[in-house]
Amino acid sequence: MNSAKPLVGSFVRIQKRDLQSLVDELKAVHDRVVGPREIDSAIVYDDLDHVDQLPIGVIDHQEGGVYRLTHESSDSHFDYVVGPQSLKSFLFPPHETISESFRKDGQWEIQAVETPATRIAVLGPRACDLRGLAIQDKVFLEGPYVDPGYKRRRDALFIVAVNCRRSVATCFCHAMDCGPAVTSHFDLALTEMDECFAVEIGTSAGGVAMDATSWEPMSETEVAQAKEVSVELEESMRNGTSARQMETGGIRELLMDNLEHPRWQEVADRCLSCGNCTMVCPTCFCSSADEVADLSGDHVRRERSWASCFTAEHSYMHSGNVRKTTRSRYRQWLTHKLATWQDQFDSSGCTGCGRCITWCPVGIDLTEEVAAIRGE
Amino acid sequence: MVDRQSVTPGNPWVAQLARIQGIQQELPSVATYDLVLEDPTVAEAFKFQPGQFNMLYLPGFGEAAISISSDPSHLASLQHTVRAAGNVTTALSRVHVGDQLGVRGPFGSSWPLEACRGKDVVIACGGIGLPPLRPLIYYMIQHREEFGRVHLLYGARTPGELLFTDEFPPWQAAGIEMAVTVDLGYDDWTGDIGVVPVLFHRLNLNAHKTIVMTCGPEVMMRFVIFEALARGIDPRNIYLSMERNMQCAVGLCGACQLGPKFVCKDGPVFTYEQMEPYLMLEDL
Amino acid sequence: MSEKPKLAVFKFASCDGCQLSLLDCEDELLAVADAVEIAYFLEARTDQIAGPYDIGLIEGSVTTAHDAERIREIRQQCKFLVTIGACATSGGIQALKNWQDADEFVRSVYATPEYISTLSTSTAIADHVPVDFELRGCPINRHQLLELISSLLRGRRPTTPSYSVCIECKRRMTVCIAVARGVACLGPVTQAGCDALCPAFDRECFGCFGPKETPNVISLTNHYQQQGVDGDHLTRLTRSFNANAPEFKEASDLLSGEPPLADNGDH
Repeated sequence: MNSAKPLVGSFVRIQKRDLQSLVDELKAVHDRVVGPREIDSAIVYDDLDHVDQLPIGVIDHQEGGVYRLTHESSDSHFDYVVGPQSLKSFLFPPHETISESFRKDGQWEIQAVETPATRIAVLGPRACDLRGLAIQDKVFLEGPYVDPGYKRRRDALFIVAVNCRRSVATCFCHAMDCGPAVTSHFDLALTEMDECFAVEIGTSAGGVAMDATSWEPMSETEVAQAKEVSVELEESMRNGTSARQMETGGIRELLMDNLEHPRWQEVADRCLSCGNCTMVCPTCFCSSADEVADLSGDHVRRERSWASCFTAEHSYMHSGNVRKTTRSRYRQWLTHKLATWQDQFDSSGCTGCGRCITWCPVGIDLTEEVAAIRGE
Repeated sequence: MVDRQSVTPGNPWVAQLARIQGIQQELPSVATYDLVLEDPTVAEAFKFQPGQFNMLYLPGFGEAAISISSDPSHLASLQHTVRAAGNVTTALSRVHVGDQLGVRGPFGSSWPLEACRGKDVVIACGGIGLPPLRPLIYYMIQHREEFGRVHLLYGARTPGELLFTDEFPPWQAAGIEMAVTVDLGYDDWTGDIGVVPVLFHRLNLNAHKTIVMTCGPEVMMRFVIFEALARGIDPRNIYLSMERNMQCAVGLCGACQLGPKFVCKDGPVFTYEQMEPYLMLEDL
Repeated sequence: MSEKPKLAVFKFASCDGCQLSLLDCEDELLAVADAVEIAYFLEARTDQIAGPYDIGLIEGSVTTAHDAERIREIRQQCKFLVTIGACATSGGIQALKNWQDADEFVRSVYATPEYISTLSTSTAIADHVPVDFELRGCPINRHQLLELISSLLRGRRPTTPSYSVCIECKRRMTVCIAVARGVACLGPVTQAGCDALCPAFDRECFGCFGPKETPNVISLTNHYQQQGVDGDHLTRLTRSFNANAPEFKEASDLLSGEPPLADNGDH
């Protein structure tokens, strides 16, 4: 226990075995603590009681349409990168009831459904996912209309981020300027060292969360060593030895000036329009609102669900679907993600997390599609 | 757990109840629904600009985006002119006076009243494209001296499908220059036959002081735009109202995107300059 | 005469599982019985009320000349005709006979083959009469059935998705078994509606809801082959409960190099 609280912006050191006391402290003040777990052959977020449940020594291998885990005899806690889930599902859940309507004696009553947010502490998000969070914040909180459910859940989220020490073949956060170093949108950020974790204090709430954990201040040299982890990784990613590349210069004009490029049909010949890329994307925010009525029609729930621009219903109008073909749907997705997102939200919609590549059942790779349109 | 106590004021997803105080059957498949918001505070605060729309909600059926078709200065009567076509609009065709429905709105951009001041105006619309422009026509009649010549070019497939024909004489008397055309005339039809864009041929426009506004099927609007451009009208002075699938109407659901624009919050009224890169592309 | 809409349930070549889904509605069954008059439903009641019917639910495929005739009569009796289940919507598992010599089956299975009168094919109801709506699945999902009945009663469009199983699978946070384990799963090309049941129980989707809208089955099977999945396995996967659905059939014929013996229009 320390009497002083670590300052926001400072780095402290905790012993690996003391990660449990941080988890315990988080459990004490949150409804749920979730962290990376190896479940059903993948690293997913699930409830975390004990650090032993972390996928210690697990390494992931990712490429287009392929995700595999292997086990090594190391004590590395976080040497896998991102799994199929991002922070999205905690803040923008796959299903949410937005209102309920009741008819009694022929009179309707419409009620907003505003479920109080579960206070969740998440251990494990990487730089790309924090960037995804920042992008969704912009969509749901910073437009003319605030999404009330997202705001409630966002206010109740506590983040213990993790700096990646390795990347997989589908990673390209460096190319999107989203990583690999965690720089913002966290309460605490861990960097795993040989014997200890370097902990960067991101917020005062993060400092408070360190109360029950014994920590020591880090010297400037030690902080520099911790930061070097991300620097080295970024270098290896930029050198192309461990990651994908994507040239983003002028990408908006590139794509919007090539809306009739033959490549759109070529990718459509492979694309299944199954929507997996949009489901796993940490920034994709489309949703549909559907009525769920009982047989009498007197009790109706309005339910909002994740939707995808790869479906016919997404562009449904009575006069006909706007985007009838897979070509037009893939084009909508890619141009929105990489080009028109910039017009709408002043940033790219892509974080370089690579999930859309890994979890595409046929391994379509957006970096390859962009390169092809660029004529490379 | 459902907590009905702590409702966010102005939760943009949740409809307010309104009651139908009148239904005017305009055509066999088109009716105008006159609504009054039930909550007096909500009703008091409700104001709209010509060209804006509401989401009308029938619990169990869903929502539809419908432009407001009534006089923006007469808020006791909020009218929506609806063609029974899809799921919700067909269900609307079965409601009665006194029934309730939900309303969210008003949403979206509006016709450019300011840009029109002191200018000649061409309003070109087809079929169910007239109702979103009717609030503008009312406004221009009430402020007639603020505008130059006001042309209304209107067409429908047949004479029987023309909307608001009872109002044509008073509109004309109030200084709206009307030209009406149909694709197919019956024996007793003495007016024009042909599509709306053709009506441009009889206008003598001053390109530098004319604003064109159009609403109707996309193909009609494209040809209206061609005619306007051919007469030297600046793309920034041509306005059109777009339609896309909308789930939320507040920029949160992503469904209505058209190029970089959200039709719900950036539109539905756009300048042709904004739409030019996207309007002529298939399946965008 | 009752004011309630009259519902009739008819069986063609099938296992009865889809009809049972209606009886399986348990909690909602009373509400259904309250809302419609179940006029003809041999599995549920012995009384039969003559047509015409407001809603006809058709289970099963057409495999005999008699059935091909009977479905035309039923179509005339039903205002709104709904096919329920893989048999009715695509021909069912029994459509496997379309790739084989049906006469040889009859000779080898039945002691007195001359008593058997069967077509050489099993075909979807829609191959014979116009169908107003189809509910997919083997069996159908009872929530979808209730949604359909409820929507018909209230005159609205039923919300039955036509997109992929993957959307439901991801919404329930199931890890993709195709990507994470290399198992050939038909989810990406199969229509949703089952709430991604099989993958949630660690089993690959075998396509019982049939092809989704804009499927690209051949791209998926090509990919699985490149990943080392055996072509025969993929033929069997695409040639099961919805073997005769056009997009699955196209893929399995390409994989096997073996088109059906009989033309599907043959009846």
